[in-house]
Amino acid sequence: MDIVVMARALFGTSLGFHIIYATIGVGLPVMIIIAEVLHFIKKDPDYALMAKRWTKGFAILLAVSIASGTIVGVMISLLFPDFMEIVGQVIALPFQMEIFAFLIEAVFMSIYLYAADRLPPTLRLVSIISVALGATASAILITDVHAWMNTPAGFNITPDGEVTDVNTWAAFFNPSFGVTAIHVTLSAYMTVAFLVASIAALRLMRRKITKAERAYHKKALTIALYFGALMSLATAINGHETAQMLHEYNPRKLAAAEGLFETQRYAPLSVGGYTSLEDQRVKYAVEIPYGLSFLAGDRLDTEVMGLNEWPEELWPPLYVHILFNVMVGIGTVLILIAFIALFWKHVLKKEFPSWLLATLVVSGPLAMLAIEAGWCFSCIGRQPWTINEVLRTDEAATKSNSVGFLFYLFMTLYITLLFVTGFVMRYYFKRNPVRKDLDAREA
Amino acid sequence: MEASTLAITILWSLLFVYSILGSLDFGAGFWGMIYGKNEEKSASQIANRFLSPTWEVTNVFLVIFVVSVVTFFPFATTLLSNVLLVPVGLGVLLLTIRTTFMVFQHHADRYKDLLRLTSGFTGLIIPALLVSILPITLGGFVSFENDYPRLQYGELLTHPTLYMHILFGLSTELFISAIFLMDYAKEAEDWNAYDTFRKHSLWLGPVSIAIAMLTIGTFPGEASWIVDNIQEHWVAFGLSLLFFIIGYAFLFIRKKDGRRGLARPAVIMVGLQYAVAIYAYGAAHLPYLIYPDITIAEGFTNPDTFYQMLIVYAVGFGILIPAFFLFWRLFLKDRRYLKQE
Ligand code: HDD
Ligand code: HEM
Ligand code: HEM
Repeated sequence: MDIVVMARALFGTSLGFHIIYATIGVGLPVMIIIAEVLHFIKKDPDYALMAKRWTKGFAILLAVSIASGTIVGVMISLLFPDFMEIVGQVIALPFQMEIFAFLIEAVFMSIYLYAADRLPPTLRLVSIISVALGATASAILITDVHAWMNTPAGFNITPDGEVTDVNTWAAFFNPSFGVTAIHVTLSAYMTVAFLVASIAALRLMRRKITKAERAYHKKALTIALYFGALMSLATAINGHETAQMLHEYNPRKLAAAEGLFETQRYAPLSVGGYTSLEDQRVKYAVEIPYGLSFLAGDRLDTEVMGLNEWPEELWPPLYVHILFNVMVGIGTVLILIAFIALFWKHVLKKEFPSWLLATLVVSGPLAMLAIEAGWCFSCIGRQPWTINEVLRTDEAATKSNSVGFLFYLFMTLYITLLFVTGFVMRYYFKRNPVRKDLDAREA
Repeated sequence: MEASTLAITILWSLLFVYSILGSLDFGAGFWGMIYGKNEEKSASQIANRFLSPTWEVTNVFLVIFVVSVVTFFPFATTLLSNVLLVPVGLGVLLLTIRTTFMVFQHHADRYKDLLRLTSGFTGLIIPALLVSILPITLGGFVSFENDYPRLQYGELLTHPTLYMHILFGLSTELFISAIFLMDYAKEAEDWNAYDTFRKHSLWLGPVSIAIAMLTIGTFPGEASWIVDNIQEHWVAFGLSLLFFIIGYAFLFIRKKDGRRGLARPAVIMVGLQYAVAIYAYGAAHLPYLIYPDITIAEGFTNPDTFYQMLIVYAVGFGILIPAFFLFWRLFLKDRRYLKQE
């Protein structure tokens, strides 16, 4: 493989790995806050136990999230130096602010983890809220850089590559920042809610389980379902706005997402299938008439641009249509699952049947898959540009011939770490099952 | 002051903070490994108790340093990243292994030994990789092929200065961490650990100074510019040596209870010793980031962006100071944490 491809693959995989842990790092503190607050209101010790056990899991995952974050932070400079040269002049602020967000998170996380028993309850709540604020702020700030890459603003560039007229705040508040930041935050919250639901559902499917355990897991599942339902709905509504942002600022990406070749009004939305270059259309898709026009502009007669407006070498890979569909499809399915489960609980007032529990078990991994698909869509859909219409990826990437060697090393690392974290989580929670904690409380 | 000089001064300050925090962190990992198994267990407990809540904060300082380099000196990234891809890449790879294993060690006690060995060994290898960057900046190890910078691995790996730099880094790391952990053990009133760390400070101090001086002697021929500059700054280096001598002397003072060593003053003196030395070395390194290819003025971002970044720094640290204070109270001062079983 050539060096540029290797550099892209190495960076993409590193981010894909980081995002798994980072997403949990953004969402889980919020779940812990909810449990802490419920404990504060209801005085039910189950919620305190929940907060404690989630914090343990969080501590294990946080190590990987920080370590892999350090990797991507260093790697972005190493692998895309010409990109960072522009970033340093134009959009350095969010990068720097992000670090202070990390510091806040790191300091308060240590306090919450290692000093919880020495703190009064209010200070404990303040600590975990600071953790959540730090994590969300860091996600929003790094997303700002990403948003700026999609809709660059706040500078001019001369033909020989010199950056002039820098306006840092115009770059900071670039056109897609708002919607994108909200989308990333909401989707992270929703993903963690479904992950928690997955684990609770998995436990509830066990036959040998005491009454106290059942009550405990049901409470966890209820929190997760409410929060998940709310967040998935919000994600979808905001996703609609994100698509409209694309329509306005990045029509090439929207055209690729929908496999639309000819510019047209009353454009249909193609669900599923794959984009065929020869046939210039999406094959094997279900077409919703006028759907795309409506998605893009809230009107059936909105004109949507097709890929043929651009020369073919400026098209992103056509498979981004699949990535986009995976994200949107999973988003829709998860909304349904959450609301069906809540309907079962509150309207039918019945126990969850095992098919529903089994569906809930897969909901968390599905949400994570949607996150991965969404990011890959967003980054790959920007190709061949790294900074949209400013800097091409092959210009931005390093030319160092050591990339290949590092690529294999890091792949090995990621695969190993995925297994090792899984193993440590299992090992720890097997040795410290809920029952043990519940029994300890009884005694 | 020139904006670019201010920027490099901030960068050196961050480097100073990270080199101290990093020495403590990596050194504590190493001591934790050495004393993990045998009868002097309390030395290892002290090291680990310090390490548990602090590694995250230390790690963030590494990230601040990296981000500051590329945002303050964006025009240097192309050169720096091409030349440093492998050492820095390997460094973060090992750092990941270390961080994760160190945390996992608390959750999977059956594998403690393996995990402890990992964190101890990486506590030596990572600093070695990081200090190997220093000789690269001195000149003579970077060449250009069709305008494209390449690190001359062959020359670097066979040059004695690389190995002296590594020795220098390791002896410094172990000295700083030993003397600091001695003070930490005193706070915890763990006299067994105190004696262990004092013993190590005693031999590591002079050794680290001797190695530092010998290292300058091995600088490559291309680095005569910095040797000249170092001689010009002899006052500062002399002051640094003086701080060392005073700090070292504090280790021998006998107190009322019959114990030897004034731990806190000794730590402060050693801190000053390194602060002065790092700034003096930094001043001697000017105006080059990498000799002779790039100077700080050539690498510097535009001043407007830089001043906005300064505001972010000021606000950021302003918010954080109360948090650091709470942190210090809880982990470096609170007897309930220090003396737990
Ligand atoms: C649980 C995850 C999840 C779910 C269910 C959704 N999204 Fe999403 N989406 C993301 C997670 C995500 C993401 C991973 O967070 C992305 C990647 C980059 C970004 O800014 O957010 C994203 C990007 C992203 C983009 C591209 C933005 C860009 O490239 O600038 C669009 C147009 C949408 N989303 C639209 C939607 C729609 C219409 C959804 C309807 C249900 C939807 N998303 C559900
Ligand atoms: C939207 C995607 C991302 C999200 C949601 C995210 C979120 C997070 C979170 C929650 C952490 C843990 C922070 C802590 O506890 O200290 C983290 C660590 C980190 N992330 Fe990411 N991140 C994302 C992408 C990136 C990218 C693209 C970069 C680099 C360019 C990056 C750089 C870092 C760094 C350097 C750290 C480690 C900071 C430390 O040492 O604590 N992240 N990230
Ligand atoms: C965390 C989730 C993310 C994932 C899974 C992800 C995925 C990817 C992938 C697969 C690529 C390679 C694209 C290609 O070359 O075909 C890529 C490139 C890149 N991404 Fe992202 N990305 C994420 C977030 C971010 C963020 C938050 C930033 C901004 C700070 C970012 C900046 C970049 C850059 C600079 C490149 C390389 C240049 C390019 O190929 O355009 N990514 N990413």
